[in-house]
Amino acid sequence: MEHSLTRPSEVIRSEALGSDIFRLTIMAPQIADTAQPGQFVMVQAASGQDPLLRRPFSIHQVSGNGTVQILFKVVGRGTRLLAATTKGDFLSVFGPLGKGFTLAKQNKNIAMIGGGMGIAPLLFLGKWILRSGFSGKLIALLGARNSAEINSLQEDFNHLGITTAIATDDGSRGHHGLVTQLMLQHMDPGEEWQVLTCGPYPMMRGVAEICQGMNWPCQVSMETMMACGMGACLGCAISKPNDLHSYQHVCKDGPVFAMSEIVWK
Amino acid sequence: MEIEKPNLRVKIGSLNLQNPVMTASGTFGYGEEFASYVNLHRLGAVVVKGISMQPRPGNPPPRIVETACGMLNAIGLENVGAERFLAEKLPYLIKANATVIVNVLGDSIDDYQALAERLHGNDGISALEINISCPNVKKGGVAFGTNPEMAQKVTEAVRKATDLPIIVKLTPNVTDITAIAKAVEAGGADGVSLINTLLGMAIDSKTRRPVLANVVGGLSGPAVKPVALRMVWQVAQAVEIPVVGIGGICSAEDAIEFLIAGATAIEVGTANFINPRTTEDILVGISDYLKENKMDSIQKLIGSLQT
Ligand SMILES: Cc1cc2nc3c(=O)[nH]c(=O)nc-3n(C[C@H](O)[C@H](O)[C@H](O)COP(=O)(O)OP(=O)(O)OC[C@H]3O[C@@H](n4cnc5c(N)ncnc54)[C@H](O)[C@@H]3O)c2cc1C
Ligand SMILES: Cc1cc2nc3c(=O)[nH]c(=O)nc-3n(C[C@H](O)[C@H](O)[C@H](O)COP(=O)(O)O)c2cc1C
Ligand code: FES
Repeated sequence: MEHSLTRPSEVIRSEALGSDIFRLTIMAPQIADTAQPGQFVMVQAASGQDPLLRRPFSIHQVSGNGTVQILFKVVGRGTRLLAATTKGDFLSVFGPLGKGFTLAKQNKNIAMIGGGMGIAPLLFLGKWILRSGFSGKLIALLGARNSAEINSLQEDFNHLGITTAIATDDGSRGHHGLVTQLMLQHMDPGEEWQVLTCGPYPMMRGVAEICQGMNWPCQVSMETMMACGMGACLGCAISKPNDLHSYQHVCKDGPVFAMSEIVWK
Repeated sequence: MEIEKPNLRVKIGSLNLQNPVMTASGTFGYGEEFASYVNLHRLGAVVVKGISMQPRPGNPPPRIVETACGMLNAIGLENVGAERFLAEKLPYLIKANATVIVNVLGDSIDDYQALAERLHGNDGISALEINISCPNVKKGGVAFGTNPEMAQKVTEAVRKATDLPIIVKLTPNVTDITAIAKAVEAGGADGVSLINTLLGMAIDSKTRRPVLANVVGGLSGPAVKPVALRMVWQVAQAVEIPVVGIGGICSAEDAIEFLIAGATAIEVGTANFINPRTTEDILVGISDYLKENKMDSIQKLIGSLQT
């Protein structure tokens, strides 16, 4: 049985994109070959037993030569350990896991809306959309704390030819405010749009509200605590709408859901 | 003397296992989830997620949180219920040639008995593991597992319902686990398995709220191993029936320690979440250990602790 756990994966490159944001490029051909945008990997941060559990990260990019990238912010012990890895280190990376984004067949315009580290899967998604021969309008609306956090990411999107608009919390780049406030500026209500979003829950709720109002289909990528990432522990449960006594599981049924599949509170 | 293939067979009542490595209930789904990573038929047995007569939705989230060298869970025994298990989950395990042990739970003695009756007679079920210990459900497990008399009554009720081998799974959240073990032995259990999770709690100091929606949850993983090992050792001395060791087992070395303490078999739990291949890795490791130590049979290892 050959899969991504058969042997550890080599870190090819480690970049700091700002003071607490890092990007790791990892050699993992089995993942790179089969990954879909919106899927994630479970990465073991420690070589010992503390921290014990793997950490979930969206697949940020894959390449034809077998590399996979993750983009993450340091928020605790696991991410601090991962930030300290350098070229030549080995990591156990398990994946690809979960259900990613799906594209509606019609050539509607597509808006990718990301906040914070929720931007991570959107670069892979953008490439995927372009490679699929999509001929509509494709834009990325990206929210960040400040200019330093978003500078090089914005370049990556622009490099692919994707139009971007930026919102920052401190106004140091683009719109001073929320990324949701960019939607109606950049998405002509007279046109048909399809929205694909990943970011903090309140941001995605705001995006979903606008999409409901405009009758635009919208997919959201959810986050929960995860122990296994593969449907075994049942720890990643979230409520189902219209059926408050049963749960769906983010790692298996998601992380990407249609906005109508989520209970927004 | 060169040992080529040590004998790993063990027995729990009339249940014959090709080796002592099993999966712990609730950490291995219904088996199928792991089929791409583990050769299910090579394991001693697959113990499936706890099944109740009716499906259960489980607890509201957040359900899990990591703690030092372990995790807390309050899944709340989410499961598909007996009918869907038999119709949708068991056939896969049979096809995969797995030895299946069904972990069962109930709210009342009648519940346990009815469930055992329902499961009895279905091809492909090799034994039942009776969860009398889950700390998560308010009216459920805990009352049975912490009281010797109740624990014995549940065991007797299940014994009446089926002649399948019965393993009673014990909670560590008691003052004297040997008293419970003796009670279920008297009730007709073919074996006991231990430990289930240790009741614990996590608090977020920023919000001054419990991390789990259920407030309390069960602790598992390497953090509980020393407690589990001690309890297995005590119970192995207190009862005649085989003991199945559970708690923080992550490696062959961990498993071997439990066998030395007196466990006839072991179950791997939380470690499946970190590496889904752990069970098979442990199986290979035990076999290697026996070869290195020139033991032709696992029986030489079981209970070999020298104090
Ligand atoms: C499907 C999925 C994809 C993700 N993709 C990315 C990504 O591309 N980039 C990125 O930076 N982060 C991503 N995350 C979040 C990332 O998993 C957590 O930030 C990481 O696990 C924190 O680990 P830690 O040990 O550093 O923090 P810990 O010390 O474990 O915790 C620090 C803080 O982070 C929170 N946290 C811990 N685990 C999670 C989690 N699984 N989800 C949300 N919050 C958590 C804790 O509540 C706590 O407040 C993703 C999460 C999921 C579920
Ligand atoms: C997420 C999770 C779910 C569990 N569900 C069950 C269950 O349904 N029935 C049961 O008897 N034990 C259940 N357990 C307990 C385990 O089977 C095992 O006894 C315990 O976790 C200790 O072993 P470990 O440290 O190897 O995980 C569960 C444990 C975890 C972590
Ligand atoms: S994280 Fe374990 S079931 Fe989803």
